[in-house]
Amino acid sequence: MAGTLAEKVWDAHLVRRGANGEPDLLYIDLHLVHEVTSPQAFEGLRLAGRPVRRPDLTIATEDHNTPTLDIDLPIADLTSRTQIETLRANAREFGVRLHSLGDADQGIVHQVGPQLGLTMPGLTVVCGDSHTSTHGAFGALAFGIGTSEVEHVLATQTLPLAPFKTMAITVNGQLPPGATSKDIILAIIAKIGTGGGQGYVLEYRGEAIRSLSMEARMTICNMSIEAGARAGMIAPDETTFEYLKGRPHAPEGADWDAAVEYWRTLRTDDDATFDAEVVLEAADLEPFVTWGTNPGQGLPLSANVPVPAQIADENERVAAERALEYMGLEPGTPLRDIAVDTVFIGSCTNGRIEDLRSVAKVLQGRTKADGVRVLVVPSSARVRLQAEAEGLDVIFKEFGAEWRNAGCSMCLGMNPDQLAPGERAASTSNRNFEGRQGKGGRTHLVSPLVAAATAVRGTLSSVADLDLPDGVDLTTFDGSPLAPLAEPSLV
Amino acid sequence: MEKFTTHTGVGVPLRRSNVDTDQIIPAVYLKRITRTGFEDALFAAWRGDPSFVLNQDAYKTGSVLVAGPDFGTGSSREHAVWALKDYGFKVVLASRFADIFRGNSGKQGLVAGIVAQEDVELLWKVLETKPGTEVTVDLEHRTAQADDVTVPFQIDDYTRWRLMEGLDDIGLTLSHEEDIAAFEAQREPWRPRTLPAKHLPTVPVEPARPVRA
Repeated sequence: MAGTLAEKVWDAHLVRRGANGEPDLLYIDLHLVHEVTSPQAFEGLRLAGRPVRRPDLTIATEDHNTPTLDIDLPIADLTSRTQIETLRANAREFGVRLHSLGDADQGIVHQVGPQLGLTMPGLTVVCGDSHTSTHGAFGALAFGIGTSEVEHVLATQTLPLAPFKTMAITVNGQLPPGATSKDIILAIIAKIGTGGGQGYVLEYRGEAIRSLSMEARMTICNMSIEAGARAGMIAPDETTFEYLKGRPHAPEGADWDAAVEYWRTLRTDDDATFDAEVVLEAADLEPFVTWGTNPGQGLPLSANVPVPAQIADENERVAAERALEYMGLEPGTPLRDIAVDTVFIGSCTNGRIEDLRSVAKVLQGRTKADGVRVLVVPSSARVRLQAEAEGLDVIFKEFGAEWRNAGCSMCLGMNPDQLAPGERAASTSNRNFEGRQGKGGRTHLVSPLVAAATAVRGTLSSVADLDLPDGVDLTTFDGSPLAPLAEPSLV
Repeated sequence: MEKFTTHTGVGVPLRRSNVDTDQIIPAVYLKRITRTGFEDALFAAWRGDPSFVLNQDAYKTGSVLVAGPDFGTGSSREHAVWALKDYGFKVVLASRFADIFRGNSGKQGLVAGIVAQEDVELLWKVLETKPGTEVTVDLEHRTAQADDVTVPFQIDDYTRWRLMEGLDDIGLTLSHEEDIAAFEAQREPWRPRTLPAKHLPTVPVEPARPVRA
């Protein structure tokens, strides 16, 4: 029978099909663990006298609470330190592999899986973190779970799951210069809303998606949850195989061949049907920014802050009024006139090496706008080392940015990297919720290129606002070192 | 888990849409390693505002929350459900819930009932005109009643059954041990294992320089 990509992966993991309205029981190939959503799950195991069923399918890292400065010192915040130490004790007790602060493979959990080659097509991947959808970029069925489910997977390596619906999101054509995969996903969320994906697994397809690098695809799948969908997927192709080959945990020899042969079958059949379909034209997209307090409240950078009085739907109007009040914005203000205090470049959405390279390309030879704080936080220690090997850190520091250690950092402000009340940020992260980046903090979600241009000018900007020479390609990356000094000077 | 059949308690109208889990419980409260004691964290930012609904005497003891659409969006933190439960809520009613939040609720014995938006408006009207009105939630018949308004709500059959029986998921799954073991026996060798650990060459990690003052 014809099937979609998501249905194929689902069916390949059926331990037991539910009867009489029971959910299906699915096997989980890879369980990623971090310090925030796991302590109560391990405690549950301990109380019930249960072991971790498959430590060899489980991996843990420290990311949400970790400081990005002084990582060689004890963590100053006592509750953060306790939570990290609890994870270390649990990992020891239950035999779970852990990448601790200071380890080259420590970093945001959604970077650690892919960079080690553990994330692969056709897997089921779960983690007590909603941005687990990131791993769907490889053609895995990957989704966030709550702590009760973390305990369930630790104990049984399975999850009971109710069936989902499927939604195709087709992005035709090619992105114009200056627009990135972040702008694609922000435009999708603005179009279908923060609840538009509820109950669905999204599958991103079309020419624009196919031509994206693995890392750019991860950015899109990462924010599926911001559209309400637990998971987003992209069918694996040569780009995927190329990314995986040779990574530490990628299959080798005959296993690799068998895997690739199977992975090539992981695509939606031509005669399969989706429960819903959405189509976007990439050529119509431009850099997108959010103006409000949920990720669906976004507009092209060339637009103005909305005027709530012109919004017909009462709930939406009230939400817009509240959002503008919180954000301290006047209706009708051009988005380009909004001045920021902080630029945050990082997170599981946009803290990977390609993001840092594109930012460095824009920042090279420039200095930051007066009074703006610029934070660059790589998504993992390995990414940080790679960036340093390419000399990107020097560009950031000469620009006036702070070059930090890896972690979730200001994306959610669980560590000391936070916005002060009223402080405004352009952020490459994924959520602009009230208080997300610090109590009273105001967040505009942007792409790395918009973040970089904003850091130069001090107001929300795109690279088109900078005097860049013609022919500088900022949106595609070949994965090779940037060799910054060999590039034509951008100034 | 305690069995749930019916519950009667003060209804709290929360006239907001897109109540994300960062609003239900801000990230700073997630550093705790316990599963209880989160009542102070519930809606922490909003509770600083004297006009917030839970700061009004009539609603303080509420246990049935009636919220706008897209409740529980964002982060997967189960702490959001723990905070609602620790405060005393037994039921949340809204026209749409984020998937992960709804799943977490089911695991923790918090009823997340889907009510049509026009029925939410009816409940809001009763609860706002007569603050302190109790709502009776009947899980067996899937209805919520406040004063003279009775509205139906949806909850999937399986979750409803588990809540009414007070069943623990892990125990249920472990009763299928044979199926799990049979599945494991036929998994392909290319599927990844985290152990033994494989790495790129080990590299010393230098800490970032402290920020210049």
